[in-house]
Amino acid sequence: MDISQVLTPDGVRVQNVELDTYLASVTADDVLSLYRDMAVVRRIDKEGFSLQRQGQLGLWAPCLGQEAAQIGTARALRATDFVFPSYRETGVIYVRGAENRDFVGTWRGETNSTYDPYRINTATMQIIIGAQTLHAVGYAMGITADGADDVAVAYFGDGASSQGDVNEAMVFASSFKAPVVFVCQNNQWAISEPVSVQSEFPIAGRAPGFGIPSMRVDGNDVLACLAAMRWATEHARNGHGPAFIEAVTYRMGPHTTSDDPTRYRDEEELETWRRRDPLDRVEKYLRAEGVLTDDVAADIAAEADRVGTAVREAALTMPNRAPLEVFDHAYATPHTGIEAERRAYAAYLAQFEGGAS
Amino acid sequence: MTTMTMGKALNQALRQAMTDDDKVVLMGEDIGALGGVFRITDALQDEFGAGRVIDTPLAESGIVGTAVGLAMRGYRPVVEIQFDGFVYPAFDQIVCQVAKLHYRTLGRVKMPITIRIPWAGGVGAAEHHSESPEAYFVHTAGLRVIAVSNPQDAYAMLQQAIACDDPVIFLEPKRLYHTKGEVDLDTHHTDVAPMGIARVARPGTDVTLVTYGAQVKTALDAAEAAADEGVSIEVIDLRSISPIDYETIDASVRKTGRVVVTHEASREAGVAAEVIASITERCFDWLETAPVRITGHDIPYPPSKLEKQHIPDLDRILDGVDRALGRQNSMTGVEL
Repeated sequence: MDISQVLTPDGVRVQNVELDTYLASVTADDVLSLYRDMAVVRRIDKEGFSLQRQGQLGLWAPCLGQEAAQIGTARALRATDFVFPSYRETGVIYVRGAENRDFVGTWRGETNSTYDPYRINTATMQIIIGAQTLHAVGYAMGITADGADDVAVAYFGDGASSQGDVNEAMVFASSFKAPVVFVCQNNQWAISEPVSVQSEFPIAGRAPGFGIPSMRVDGNDVLACLAAMRWATEHARNGHGPAFIEAVTYRMGPHTTSDDPTRYRDEEELETWRRRDPLDRVEKYLRAEGVLTDDVAADIAAEADRVGTAVREAALTMPNRAPLEVFDHAYATPHTGIEAERRAYAAYLAQFEGGAS
Repeated sequence: MTTMTMGKALNQALRQAMTDDDKVVLMGEDIGALGGVFRITDALQDEFGAGRVIDTPLAESGIVGTAVGLAMRGYRPVVEIQFDGFVYPAFDQIVCQVAKLHYRTLGRVKMPITIRIPWAGGVGAAEHHSESPEAYFVHTAGLRVIAVSNPQDAYAMLQQAIACDDPVIFLEPKRLYHTKGEVDLDTHHTDVAPMGIARVARPGTDVTLVTYGAQVKTALDAAEAAADEGVSIEVIDLRSISPIDYETIDASVRKTGRVVVTHEASREAGVAAEVIASITERCFDWLETAPVRITGHDIPYPPSKLEKQHIPDLDRILDGVDRALGRQNSMTGVEL
């Protein structure tokens, strides 16, 4: 399968009959705005990595190299659409409106979800590989039942494509014509396993077997990702059922801060992908267009720094939750078992200075 | 009061719940035109449409996983797992997602999902059709686990489970589907005892016999037989096995001083182990003898011709009662 592209790694805008339809209205300023988001997210990612190395976060899952796939697809959505991300979608939740603390609270271990999913119409990060794809399909079935024209979006990786849940999600989505978009960010590696272990065949090639139209795009080309997502959401919104996008990209960093990619991949491969950096090509394009001047670049860098600093501040000032909050929200309605445990633990804590407060 | 089978009572409960709340949707394999393999959803698709009584693909993880998404959109899915042994492919979605989403999101996302499971053995079924998986779910925080034993409870508690904002594993003993009993269809489910309160199914003074599900019937038969020999057994039907109503159990044990717990599921780390450990912690000073477990064996569920050897029957329960009474019997001197 071809990989659709509209912006070459050298920043040259090339024609693409299929994708150009969805980019007719895009101005250079719009591209600059996409670039701005990508630059900010790269900076947040760098901050998250540093915070982990400094012992302020337990873990971080870098999205370095995947900014185009995330910003391009997420920017095609409406606020009322509902997104089901995995744990690497820093760029996606940034576009959805995550606040500074939302990027770090979970990795710091204070809460499993820092944000209210209904505030930014984005589910909490999913760690079980591929489980969220079914949630997206169910949510989309609800959209249909409500007679609404929103879409649900499931983000997942190449490794997840092997999971039963992802395949079941495609069966349900297809059978019920659910308005759901599957976005597979094929970043080439599932921890240490190359994508060839998951699939020798292009992942986008599987969807048509479920009756789901698919597109394989250059995941480092933010315009191609935006266009593909516009195609997919239009398809789903108009009652034609699910659509599938494979964004072919590359995870330039480790799987998480606990991982050591030098054990399983070589520098040459990394270098190849460095030459396809998703930010570089937009920068080259915008400089050629005259939209990105040194002044604008400095402004964007300053904004990225400001957000990065704010994320750091949010991590360092995050309040520790009170001990008894460990019991909170296990159940929605009073549960005699857990209430008894809470009372017993409160009595235990009460013997120490400060007690349970 | 109307006399009906437990299967019919469940059907009426679903109909009532769907009438009361248009966000209630049913999902499962063969639940539409067929009405489910046990006919529990009989005629509901005709009445409420294919949009609310959804015949799903044959994928249990898919059924539960899509129910999660529907719940997030504001629906109250009631899913049918066709047989107990088929719940395992959905295990991840149940224990990692359904059970935890409320906790994970600090209560912002509710999971009002009811997972109905035709449950346990005694009907001569094929392999994987007679499992007792309740301990897995009891062990999982975030879930409530209900096991019904009669048509009235089935009718009221299924509606309560559906109305509950927490996920409920709702176990329906399939060997009782055709058992008849009195059902009050006129009393609203909010006006009867809340889901989770145990029931003294038969009062007694000598031994407390704790059980749930289809074993309640066997326990009552055992109590009847024991009464003929002058032994008064108090039978407690737990109804909820997560949470467990220890107030009702404690009151009984402090009266009788002797406990037998019986269930069809295997013994190791089962519900009986939990109940007895808790009784021992809470009522040790009242106990006259060691509590006794009468359970299924620690074996895979046997072929149907042998299932009578596995499911505790009246005589095995009475054997346990003898031990609780400190009497010499078959087990005297046998290492457990």
